[in-house]
Amino acid sequence: MKSKKIRTGIILHIVLAAGAIIMLFPFLWMVLTSLKSVTESTSMNPYVYFPKVLQWDNYKAVWMNNNFIRLYFNTFTMMLLRVLCAVFFSAMAAYAFARLHFPGKNFLFGIVLFQMMVPVQIFVIPQYLMVDFLNMRNTIFALVFPGLVSAFGTFLLRQFFLGLPKELEESARLDGCNIWKTFWRIMLPLTKSGLVALAIFTALFAFKDLMWPLIVNNQENSATLSSALSKIQSAYSVKYPELMASSVLAIWPMMLLYIIFQRQFIEGIATSGGKL
Amino acid sequence: MAVMKDTARKRKIPRNVLNEWKWAYIMIAPTIIGLFILNIIPILQTVYLSFFKSGAFGKGNIFIGLKNYRDMFSDVQTWYAVRNTLVYTGLVVPITMAIALLAAVVLNRRVRGKGIYRTIYFVPMVAAPAAVTMVWRWLYNYQFGFLNHILHNLGIGKVKWTEGPDIALVSIAVIGIWSTIGYCMVILLAGLQEIPGDFYEASEIDGASRVNQFLHITLPLVSPTLFFVAVTSIISSMQVFDVIFMMIDVANPAYNRTVSLVYLFYNNSFKYSNKGYGSAIVVLLLVIIMMITMLQMKAQKKWVSYM
Repeated sequence: MKSKKIRTGIILHIVLAAGAIIMLFPFLWMVLTSLKSVTESTSMNPYVYFPKVLQWDNYKAVWMNNNFIRLYFNTFTMMLLRVLCAVFFSAMAAYAFARLHFPGKNFLFGIVLFQMMVPVQIFVIPQYLMVDFLNMRNTIFALVFPGLVSAFGTFLLRQFFLGLPKELEESARLDGCNIWKTFWRIMLPLTKSGLVALAIFTALFAFKDLMWPLIVNNQENSATLSSALSKIQSAYSVKYPELMASSVLAIWPMMLLYIIFQRQFIEGIATSGGKL
Repeated sequence: MAVMKDTARKRKIPRNVLNEWKWAYIMIAPTIIGLFILNIIPILQTVYLSFFKSGAFGKGNIFIGLKNYRDMFSDVQTWYAVRNTLVYTGLVVPITMAIALLAAVVLNRRVRGKGIYRTIYFVPMVAAPAAVTMVWRWLYNYQFGFLNHILHNLGIGKVKWTEGPDIALVSIAVIGIWSTIGYCMVILLAGLQEIPGDFYEASEIDGASRVNQFLHITLPLVSPTLFFVAVTSIISSMQVFDVIFMMIDVANPAYNRTVSLVYLFYNNSFKYSNKGYGSAIVVLLLVIIMMITMLQMKAQKKWVSYM
C-alpha cells in the first residue's frame, strides 16, 4: 500500500514537472535565441541550443532602432490610467448597486451584465470614430478611452461589497457619517483585496491588448509594446535573435511584476471567477 | 423597500430616502454614462452601420440595406471564418478545461511544491500575446525551428506548422491552450477549495475509490465553476484575434483555413476601410455568441448542480 502511494506520488511529480517545463520552455527559448548570432539561430547541423558567445548586440540593435523608452512610457501610462479609472468609478458604482436602494437599479445593473456578455469588437468601430472625431488619435487618451469605465469591475466589486456585514455600515451612519463618508472611509478600505484584484486584472488586459492600440495609435511614437511588436515583426522578418530580443524587452516588466506579486495575481484571478 | 417606494410615490418622499437616491445616482453616474457612451450606443451604431457602405475617409455613408449581409453570406471567406472560429473554440475550450481541471484536482491535494506549480502554470497568461506568438512562430519555424529539429531527430519528417493549411489552426490552438490553462486552473482551484473536506472523509469511510470520489463528489460540486469557465472561455475564444494576426498574414497559404471572424472584421474595417461590411461581420459574431451562450444557459440545467 505504501509503496503504491510513493509510486503514484512520483508519477504525479513527473507529470506536473513535464507540464511546468512545457509552460516555461518558450520563454527559455526566447531568451536563449535572443542571445545567439543569426548563424547560430539558423544552424541545423549541429543544432545550437546555447549561444557560444552571448550576443548582447541583439538587444542593443533593437533598443537603438525602436524607441523602447517611449513604448514603456505609453504602455505603463495607459495601464495606470485605466487602472485608476476602473477602480475608482467601478468602486463607486459597485457600492451603490450593492448597498443603496434607488429606482431603476435592476434595469441599470442589467446593462452592466449585458455589456459583459457582448463581444468587445462590436464597440470598436464607433469608439474609433469617436476618438477620431475628437481628434485624439495617437494620444494616451485614445489608448485609455475604452477603459474609462468597467462593467466587469463594477460586477466584481459589487460581489465584495455584498459580502460585507451590514452592522458596520449602520453604526457608521449612527455615528453621523453620510453615505459618501460611509463608503469612502468605512466600506472601501474593507474591499482592498477586491480593488487589488481589479487593478491587476485591468493592468494585465490593458498590457495584452493588441487590436485597439493597433487601430487607434498607429504612429511609432504613440504605440504600445504589444502593437509595436507586430510592426517590429514585419520589419525583421528573418532576424530571429533580434525578434526574440524585442520580445524579451516587451514582456520583462510584466514578468517582474508577476514574480513580485504572484500571490495577488493568482488570488485576484481566482476571486474574479466563480458562479454565474 | 417596495412598500417604501409605493408610499413614496403617493406622498412626499422622505428626505433620507431622497438623499440615498441622490447619492446612488451620483455614484453610478460615471459608470452608467460611460457604459452608454462607450458600449450601449456603439452597439446600436454598429448595427446601424452594417446597413451602409462606408464612404471614403469615413464620410458619405450610403444606405444599402441588406447588401452587406448578402455579400457576407455569399462570400466563401465568411464561412471559412465561421468554421475556423468554431473549430478553434471547439479545440481550445474542451482541451484547456480538461487539462486545467486535472491539474487543479491534483494541485488541490497535498502535493509538495504545489504553490510553485501553480505559479509556473500561470506564467503564459502574464505575457503579451504579441510576444508569445513570436516565440511560438520561431519554435514552429519550418527550416530552423526547435519542433522540427526534434521531429527530425526522431526520424519523423518536418511539419509545416504555420503554413500547412491542415495543421496551422491546430498550431494556433496549441498556443491558445498553452496560454489559458493557468487561468482556468486557478479559477477551478478556487472552486475546488469550496468543497467541504468532510464529503471526502465520509465517502472514504464508505470505501469510495478516488475515481468514484471524483465522479460523484468533485465533479458535481465544481460544476457551477466549470460552467462559469465554459461560458467565459467560449466567449473569449470566439473572439480570437491576436495569435492568428501575429502568426498568419494575408499571403500565408493557410490564411483561409485560419482566419477568424474577428481577424476578418479587423481586415475589412481597418485595413480595407470598409466599416459597413466590418460591422456586418461583427454583428454575425454577436449573433453566434448569443446563440451559443443561450444554448449553454439552457443546457446547464442538465449538468450543473447548485447546492
